[in-house]
Amino acid sequence: MHSPLTWDIDIRRRFEHAGRRFDLQVRFASHARRLILFGPSGAGKSQTLKVIAGLTTPDTGHVRLAGRTLWDHRAGIHMPTPERRLGYVFQDYALFPHLTVAQNVGFGVTRGARNPGRHATPPQVLRWLSAFDLAPLAHHYPEQLSGGQRQRTALARALVTEPHALLLDEPFAALDTVLRARLRHELAEWLDRLAVPMILITHDPADVDHLGDEVLTLSEGRVLPAGGATVATV
Amino acid sequence: MGTAWVPLALTLKVAGWATLLNLVLGVAVGFLLARKQFPGRDVLDALLTLPMVMPPTVLGYYLLVLIGRRGPLGGWLDATFGIQLIFTWQGAVIAATIVAFPLVFKASRAAFESVDPQLEQAACVLGVPEWAVFLRVTLPLAWRGVMAGLLLAFARATGEFGATLMVAGSIPGRTQTLSIAVYEAVQAGQDHVANSLVLITSVTCIAVLLIAGRLAPGRVAGQF
Repeated sequence: MHSPLTWDIDIRRRFEHAGRRFDLQVRFASHARRLILFGPSGAGKSQTLKVIAGLTTPDTGHVRLAGRTLWDHRAGIHMPTPERRLGYVFQDYALFPHLTVAQNVGFGVTRGARNPGRHATPPQVLRWLSAFDLAPLAHHYPEQLSGGQRQRTALARALVTEPHALLLDEPFAALDTVLRARLRHELAEWLDRLAVPMILITHDPADVDHLGDEVLTLSEGRVLPAGGATVATV
Repeated sequence: MGTAWVPLALTLKVAGWATLLNLVLGVAVGFLLARKQFPGRDVLDALLTLPMVMPPTVLGYYLLVLIGRRGPLGGWLDATFGIQLIFTWQGAVIAATIVAFPLVFKASRAAFESVDPQLEQAACVLGVPEWAVFLRVTLPLAWRGVMAGLLLAFARATGEFGATLMVAGSIPGRTQTLSIAVYEAVQAGQDHVANSLVLITSVTCIAVLLIAGRLAPGRVAGQF
């Protein structure tokens, strides 16, 4: 295969906090469109995602997505977060509590000093709202939504900006077991239809079976060799 | 009663300017202390809180030394622009601004600290530059706390006495604010003037506190 790697990540970062030290040394290269980072909490999964998004700066290494260099220590490339054009779904969705569903979804459409208006909703926002069955909730506030509706809002908000890649941080952790199974199914269908490459991080083995093309296991800040520690041991 | 309106108008002008200046200064310093890590942050916070705990006369004395005609700042202003601040209403604004400043930056800092940084990160990833994230996410979510601080600052500036008297004096119609006019009226034995001035001041302060309490329930009382 000569097309550029979808994911080409090699990052090192030392965290020191309150006398405790944590070394993140994550390295992987893959053509997989749907990649899963699997591992227990504290393994460095979220930090890896934050480094890819530019929310955490690594000490050395590089971050390349589909041939685009987002960060390269040696070449001195430090693309700021807003220019990376990524979709990020946070664990608790991080919806803006002062904005309606429609304003949340339209947030990334306007880059200036003002939030999207309460009434004039741009066409691409309307499209994503109806695609995710959110149109009837367009004028609701996040605190009025159920867990599943919040997740769909967060996903729509990320996708409306047409991101080059989607980063999903434990998208089901905030939901109860029954809802989790249903939404996992729903998300799997969605991701099948989207051409966007994605990384999903999880500590739930069930996510691994349903959502990924390739699975990487993280432990104590490192990617374990394939076929090393198995899913079942976590 | 007629004599009360001049000091009232002056007081509102001085307190209004002091509040406006504190909107800019207090929000900027509050945000800096809440979001940026730098050495000496706690020392800076303590130093900036000093106006709240120091006697106003001590503060007024410091100001006289600084912006008086022979002071480093006052001397420079006089020599360069011919501006004199002592015994002017602008001097009273500076005194009121400094006295009320801790109320604004402390309330702003607490309000900014209560905003989940993850919301700012989410906005940033969506392609919105940092300055716009501040205007669209951080400030709207912190606004109630900031406003509560500003209203308290307005009330504090309205009642400012010690530092204002030292810096601006008590010139009727020019620097004689309500609280100073009350003092002068009592000294001169003009009880009916003092009565109406006290009534006006009390009503203003109660109104401000009621609005502040409505803006941020529990926060105002708990903070200070």
